[in-house]
Amino acid sequence: MRPALLIGSVFTALFASAALLGLVWVPHDTTVLDISQRALPPSATHLLGTDHFGRDLLSMLMEGALTSLAVALIAVGIGIAAGVPLGLWAASHKGGWIDEILMRTNDLIFAFPSLVIAILITAVFGPSAVNAILAIGIFNIPVFARVARGGALPLWTLDFVAAARVAGKSKLLISAQHILPNIAPLLIVQATIQFSLGILAEAALSYVGLGAQPPTSSWGRMLADAQTMIYTEPQLAILPGLAIVLAVLGLNLLGDGLRDRLDPKLRRVRA
Amino acid sequence: MARALLSRLLSMAASLAVASVVIFVMLQAVPGDPAAFMLGLNAQPDTVAALRAELGLEGALPQRYLAWVGGMLQGDFGTSYTYRVPVADLIADRIVVSGPLALYALALTILIAIPAGLIAASKRGSAADWGVMGATQIGLAVPNFWFAMLLVLVFAVQLGWVSAGGFPGWSDPLAAIGALTLPAIALALPQASILARVLRGALIENLGQDYIRTARAKGLSHRATTIRHALRNATIPVLTILGLQFSFLLAGAIIIENVFFLPGLGRLIFQGITARDLIVVQSVAMLLVFAVIAVTFLVDLAYTLADPRLRR
Repeated sequence: MRPALLIGSVFTALFASAALLGLVWVPHDTTVLDISQRALPPSATHLLGTDHFGRDLLSMLMEGALTSLAVALIAVGIGIAAGVPLGLWAASHKGGWIDEILMRTNDLIFAFPSLVIAILITAVFGPSAVNAILAIGIFNIPVFARVARGGALPLWTLDFVAAARVAGKSKLLISAQHILPNIAPLLIVQATIQFSLGILAEAALSYVGLGAQPPTSSWGRMLADAQTMIYTEPQLAILPGLAIVLAVLGLNLLGDGLRDRLDPKLRRVRA
Repeated sequence: MARALLSRLLSMAASLAVASVVIFVMLQAVPGDPAAFMLGLNAQPDTVAALRAELGLEGALPQRYLAWVGGMLQGDFGTSYTYRVPVADLIADRIVVSGPLALYALALTILIAIPAGLIAASKRGSAADWGVMGATQIGLAVPNFWFAMLLVLVFAVQLGWVSAGGFPGWSDPLAAIGALTLPAIALALPQASILARVLRGALIENLGQDYIRTARAKGLSHRATTIRHALRNATIPVLTILGLQFSFLLAGAIIIENVFFLPGLGRLIFQGITARDLIVVQSVAMLLVFAVIAVTFLVDLAYTLADPRLRR
């Protein structure tokens, strides 16, 4: 196993299990504020110490992992659910007006500064995790449409697709049965990349107060809180940032590793 | 050449038109009456009515849209209802912070990425290459606002070399540049990581080409070949990425300005959101989209100049 794939898998597994465990159990209740326990250093009861409200940092980080995971996962899901069919559709009508319109719209969305639009969406509809998911998810659609179309186009020239057409299968059926399975590796690699970008985007939106709202914990929010106390409790600014870096680094390495591993196979399909 | 220019101008105009429609329609989607939304719960009905008239909320949608766009084309961005001054004046005050910040960050991005990419590509597989690739992998994963906080933590809190934020104004250019330095570094790091990786990839691809072997065979040094031939041919992908990066730098500046309390467009847009001053939000958003689309257009032009094959 290549080192990128190994390190990436380990970090990603760590991130995902912290998040999933956070769904059912955390060491301490984070909705209880206890000022007498504020800003404690790490100890046996609070493994990573406590924040300015006396909340257990490890518990907050686990819940933050869950928020990141949920937001990024659903945003990627939106991108795949809408983008992949659009891309496949465009590829099966290559050069036609459907293809033209879809790809033009794609270019347009790419030209938009996504963060500005995300900020607009949350400004208009109010800050919430759901609106953050929508804002991030919308910009995933053209990415997956482009990847799906790019992967599907060369496949349409191959003999097995021609055979399927001669057998009388519709373009829709061929896309679903023959094209989609063959571009799945490409989509998986892209999904890991969009996942890591989603985590960064969610962190940025919550940092400026436009993402998940209290009492939901999120890494970006923890950093925003820490910033107001950077002179008195500088240590609070470290852990949430490290958590983001490890999750994103893990997913990026996993994506790179998967691409290296899947690439030879992809080449054989194309040949 | 003229035809290529014309078709790009047309597509830029189309992008801007669509962008303005999207932003306009989104602001129409504000739940309920925007004027009532902006004034909050305790507003008097006549105040709401007055604001409605001021916002140009009376009349049919297409008319209001045309009035908004027409106003912007003449430099009239409307009047902020919290500041009671024209939005154009607010933007003019802030753009002298955000613009230089984005350009400063862009310059740093290039200054860091070009040498890093060159070293990694020309010493491929060496410790230097691994070092650059490892560093850029981390650079990609670090959120710029957290990196900004770490810079504040080290240089302002621990060492006390700089103030943790604020902007002294351009009357003292040195102090102003000083205040923008940490924010620019924070913005540049992730973008420099991306650019260095793209440059390395493009250089490695070019260094494997026949013309490089020819250049080497006629006696050119490795260094001269890399810089004069490979680097020049790697310009196209680098330009493409730089164009995209400017958009990230502008948007990133919105967040970074918050870390350093810089009075730029980012602060303006957030103050607009908090105060529900939608005209400010709408105009600043449109301006940022315009800047990004204009830069994409300029990059397109730049590669038409860089690559003679595209001049057809």
